Amino acid sequence: MRGLLPIAVVVAGLAAVPLATQSNVVLNFLVVALMIALAGQGWNILGGYGGQYSFGHAAFFGTGAYTTAILQVHCDVNAWLGFLAGIAAGAAAGAVIGGLAFRAGLRSSYFALVTLAFAEVLRIFASVASITGAGVGLLIKLDLHPQAFQFRSRAIFYLVILALVAASLIIAHALERSRFGAWLVAVRENEDAARALGVDATAVKVVAMVISAAITAAAGCFYVQYFLFVDAPIAYGTWISIEALLTPIIGGAGTVFGALIGALVVKSIGEGAKFVTGDIPGLDLMTFGAVLVLVIGFAPRGLVGTFVDAREALARRVVSMRKSVRGATRG
Amino acid sequence: MADPLLSVEGVSCGFGGLMAVNDASLSASARRITALIGPNGAGKTTLFSIISGFLKPSAGRVLYDGADVTGEPPHRLARRGIARTFQIVQPFAGLSVRDNVLVGAHLRHRQRAAAESAAEAVGREIGLGNLLDRPANALTVAARKRLELARALATEPKLLLLDEVLAGLNPSEINDIVPVIRALSARGIAIVMIEHVMQAVMSLAEHVFVLAEGRVIAEGSPARVTADARVIEAYLGHGAAAKLGGANAL
Repeated sequence: MRGLLPIAVVVAGLAAVPLATQSNVVLNFLVVALMIALAGQGWNILGGYGGQYSFGHAAFFGTGAYTTAILQVHCDVNAWLGFLAGIAAGAAAGAVIGGLAFRAGLRSSYFALVTLAFAEVLRIFASVASITGAGVGLLIKLDLHPQAFQFRSRAIFYLVILALVAASLIIAHALERSRFGAWLVAVRENEDAARALGVDATAVKVVAMVISAAITAAAGCFYVQYFLFVDAPIAYGTWISIEALLTPIIGGAGTVFGALIGALVVKSIGEGAKFVTGDIPGLDLMTFGAVLVLVIGFAPRGLVGTFVDAREALARRVVSMRKSVRGATRG
Repeated sequence: MADPLLSVEGVSCGFGGLMAVNDASLSASARRITALIGPNGAGKTTLFSIISGFLKPSAGRVLYDGADVTGEPPHRLARRGIARTFQIVQPFAGLSVRDNVLVGAHLRHRQRAAAESAAEAVGREIGLGNLLDRPANALTVAARKRLELARALATEPKLLLLDEVLAGLNPSEINDIVPVIRALSARGIAIVMIEHVMQAVMSLAEHVFVLAEGRVIAEGSPARVTADARVIEAYLGHGAAAKLGGANAL
């Protein structure tokens, strides 16, 4: 149970926001931030805990989004079923890409480049294939009923994405307490040493990629239900690959809350920059870049890691101060 | 002597034009400490890497516990009970000592609680009891060597391959760790150790294999092997045995 309490407190706090305000601006901001947090948490499982830096998580976000949309538009499948199918399709994409990349022994920058290539190939494919609506994209029929996974109130959408984020926090927490999690972190820290201790490094990385892909795909499925539209630059664009890796790195890779905190901070900065300068295209991306440089330069373990370090340093200082005070009174 | 737990038969392995290990054979049994010595570059670590599955031999086979395990991957050999330490220590640097050992303990214990108590017991046995919560990258050289040993031991091996666990330690640290290794052997583990500290080899090992330029050039009791003219020449150069006089040469 240890460690679940902070998750409960944070989720309860966020769940209380619609009680305080029904402002569409606030809720829309939070919905998008939580969606990015969910995509980032997916990346965090593989990149943060497993040390395998993917530059192509758009492949999973887009596969989830397109699967949900295609099933509804072309096959008339229920939106909730489409949502689950989208997650499953994302996980399958993770198994295929992870299986190929890790069995080939690709590490670090080679792995990053291959994931980027897969996402780009999917983007180009989706921008010409008829099933994905080619350049036009897919529009989902407006049908504001809960059974169609569409809600009149933004607050409901907000609670849905919050529930998904809560589930992803619990998954990360369970991972930290499990044998699989211990093996995954061992692979990140030193793959050869892990193999010598009986860890099947390839299998561990592929499984982590499947979990990671499923979570990021869930964010893509949610995107489609929320905006009721998807096209190739949205689904498989580099924007989501970048945001999915930026948020956990800024918040604290390999921590339960890293992606959530990172997403809230990054989105706040992005919105703040827009508010100050007006809608200059690309300004939010430039801001992200600057924040990333600052974080890597001054807080390489992210905001959560820096906070933990500061707390430990403070505790050590208090102990040594007490010691010196005791020494002084004795002397 | 009982059936050996490990027998390496005529193994060869080359890198490009260089034969690092050339038709080498050795064996090891439970409750015995076997030493593998030889000059730098003799192929000792390469031979360890073959036994533990990190390298595939180009010829020969590795028999372990009645099965041919040649070319099996390291994680499967670890499950069979082969554990190794690394000459250049390979800690999980960002993790605490406890979590380092925990990774090894998880091989036999699925549940976190069981693995944690097993890891703690091994940590104490190896003398890391008061360092369990330290980060691995804050340890001294001697403690890192102990961590390598503890992590390997936590996998509950039947065969333990120790690659220079005494190198870089001062005499008092060596005196601390020698009884630990002896106790592991007494518990029934077959130990093969690569070692340059001859004093420790003489006092610990019952059987010694000498490797030079990839070939096993001598084997036997420590006393016999160190008196062997071929061994002296391998270490000190051609003609050295004769120069040292009749006392050492055969």
